[in-house]
Amino acid sequence: MIIYLLCFVLFLVGIYGVITKRDLVKIILSLAIMGYSANLFLILFAYKKSALYPILEKGVDVPMVDPLPQALVLTSIVIELGTTALLVSLVAKLFQKYRTFDITKIRRLLG
Amino acid sequence: MILPFYIIIPLFTAFLISLIGGKKDYAAVIFSVISVFSLVCLSLYGFFIGGRQILVYRMSAWDIPVGINLVQDSLSSFVLVMISIISLTSVLFSIQYIRHLSQDWKYYALFMLLLSGMNGVVLTGDLFNLFVFMEIALIAAFSLVAYGGRAEEYEAAFKYAVMGSVSSTLILVGIAVTYCSTSTLTLALIAERLPALNTKVVYWIGGLFMAGFGLKTAAMPFHAWLPDAHSSAPAPISSMLSGVLIKALGIYVLIRIFFNVLGAPELFMRIFMVLGTVSIIIGVFLAIGQWDMKRLLAYHSISQIGYILLGLGLATPLGILGAIFHMFNHAIFKGLLFYNAGAVEMALGTRNLKNLGNISKLLPVTSGTSMIASLSISGIPPFNGFFSKLIIIIAAIKSGHPVYAFLAVVGSILTLASFMKVQRYGFHGDRVIETKQTNVGLAMNGAMITLAVLCLVTSLMIVPGIKESILDPVIAVILNKTQYIQMVMGR
Repeated sequence: MIIYLLCFVLFLVGIYGVITKRDLVKIILSLAIMGYSANLFLILFAYKKSALYPILEKGVDVPMVDPLPQALVLTSIVIELGTTALLVSLVAKLFQKYRTFDITKIRRLLG
Repeated sequence: MILPFYIIIPLFTAFLISLIGGKKDYAAVIFSVISVFSLVCLSLYGFFIGGRQILVYRMSAWDIPVGINLVQDSLSSFVLVMISIISLTSVLFSIQYIRHLSQDWKYYALFMLLLSGMNGVVLTGDLFNLFVFMEIALIAAFSLVAYGGRAEEYEAAFKYAVMGSVSSTLILVGIAVTYCSTSTLTLALIAERLPALNTKVVYWIGGLFMAGFGLKTAAMPFHAWLPDAHSSAPAPISSMLSGVLIKALGIYVLIRIFFNVLGAPELFMRIFMVLGTVSIIIGVFLAIGQWDMKRLLAYHSISQIGYILLGLGLATPLGILGAIFHMFNHAIFKGLLFYNAGAVEMALGTRNLKNLGNISKLLPVTSGTSMIASLSISGIPPFNGFFSKLIIIIAAIKSGHPVYAFLAVVGSILTLASFMKVQRYGFHGDRVIETKQTNVGLAMNGAMITLAVLCLVTSLMIVPGIKESILDPVIAVILNKTQYIQMVMGR
């Protein structure tokens, strides 16, 4: 149980960062932390005590962990990589235009 | 089987364009027009001829608990028709509009990726596959919002991307909880196994998906990104985002999950109604104060999404009829209004209502079609918006929610007021404007006239006889959860 709670705390750290940080790069890092905690949730749900990696071997007769969430996590890591790359390139362009990383100074859109 | 082609055609076109697009100027335009036109034909065929029964396609012939399946029922084919009509007019409108921005083949490649992502979300019958297609559509949408390359556009795209990532993470956690409790990802199997479980599981799954897809729908507490993103994007993309994307990724998925999978739980229906009514009122109040035409339209999207959510939350056949009918109508008139704003911006170089005046002589097609669209969105008969809003209001009164009905009427009156402002200052003002920078071409006018005609034609969908064949099967799919399970499982 305690491990799920710790994972939830990691998720909250990510949300806290997204809401309170003013630096664009720190916002991206907080988003990444949120994504990691979601992936960790998936892995934890599939975990069984004293179970092996999900590869069939001759002569090994121990229960395996569920392989599907691991495949899902691989996919979601790739998706997060794409989104993060896009966000970083947007931040680079924003820095060229505004010469700052402070989100409170980037506000030409109002209303 | 026609189901995979909805995804294959735009995806293949996207890669084809990016392979040969840099060398020939018009190749990208020709390929995307052909691809979108064939999607229109395919979706109309699927709706009128193939759509009488549920089509299920098993990818690589794996059976259901193992493999991923694509499902096309009446609801999916209805949404597919909506997507393909708006994307055809959007591509036609883009041909001239995008040319003044550089390297338009990149634009068309991203557009096709957006389209294949949306078609995939609408067709898939698997929860994680839905997530993947949603991310394809979203990444294309983020880049298209930033496409113009001005500072404001990067700012809007950054906000949109941050909000989109937060909502995607919430959805991923929701998928994790669903898989943990039901040990399957196929929507039909989840629907079958959920009633046997603890009701708290339904609340967890519903809460996480409500927050995640509510952010994509831009219902009221989650709306902050929408006005920036939709007003900064190029005009044809604004109409794709406002007209189709928030419905395919938001409303459609909410319907599929909360009606077909969770079986319309009472608590969430009440949340739908409250969020819908709050969105109607606050969205329209924020819209009235705007002077930027596209920003005003973007706030109206929030308010009109409120009507759809209110109709869904009533969960009566009449309310759902109003909701899906209004979803289709909103795609058409909001797409048309964004084209008008784009045409005005291209011809006059501004979209600030204070700098506009009387342009009914200068741009007759634009001002004429904008009048039709304004009348439709504010609910004046005989245009389509009137009928769908009327049905939602009658349904609210019939199921015993007069307060919600009253607030919906108030929202409709305020919508009329704000569009009188657009017409008064923007198109029929005192100051006659006589010079324009560029001509509005044939394809742009054609796209606007097509949608203006559709504003009138789609109001025929409510006529008895046509309603039974078009809208009633969709309502039957939404309300009948067990039929969906049995059809998908092939029993």
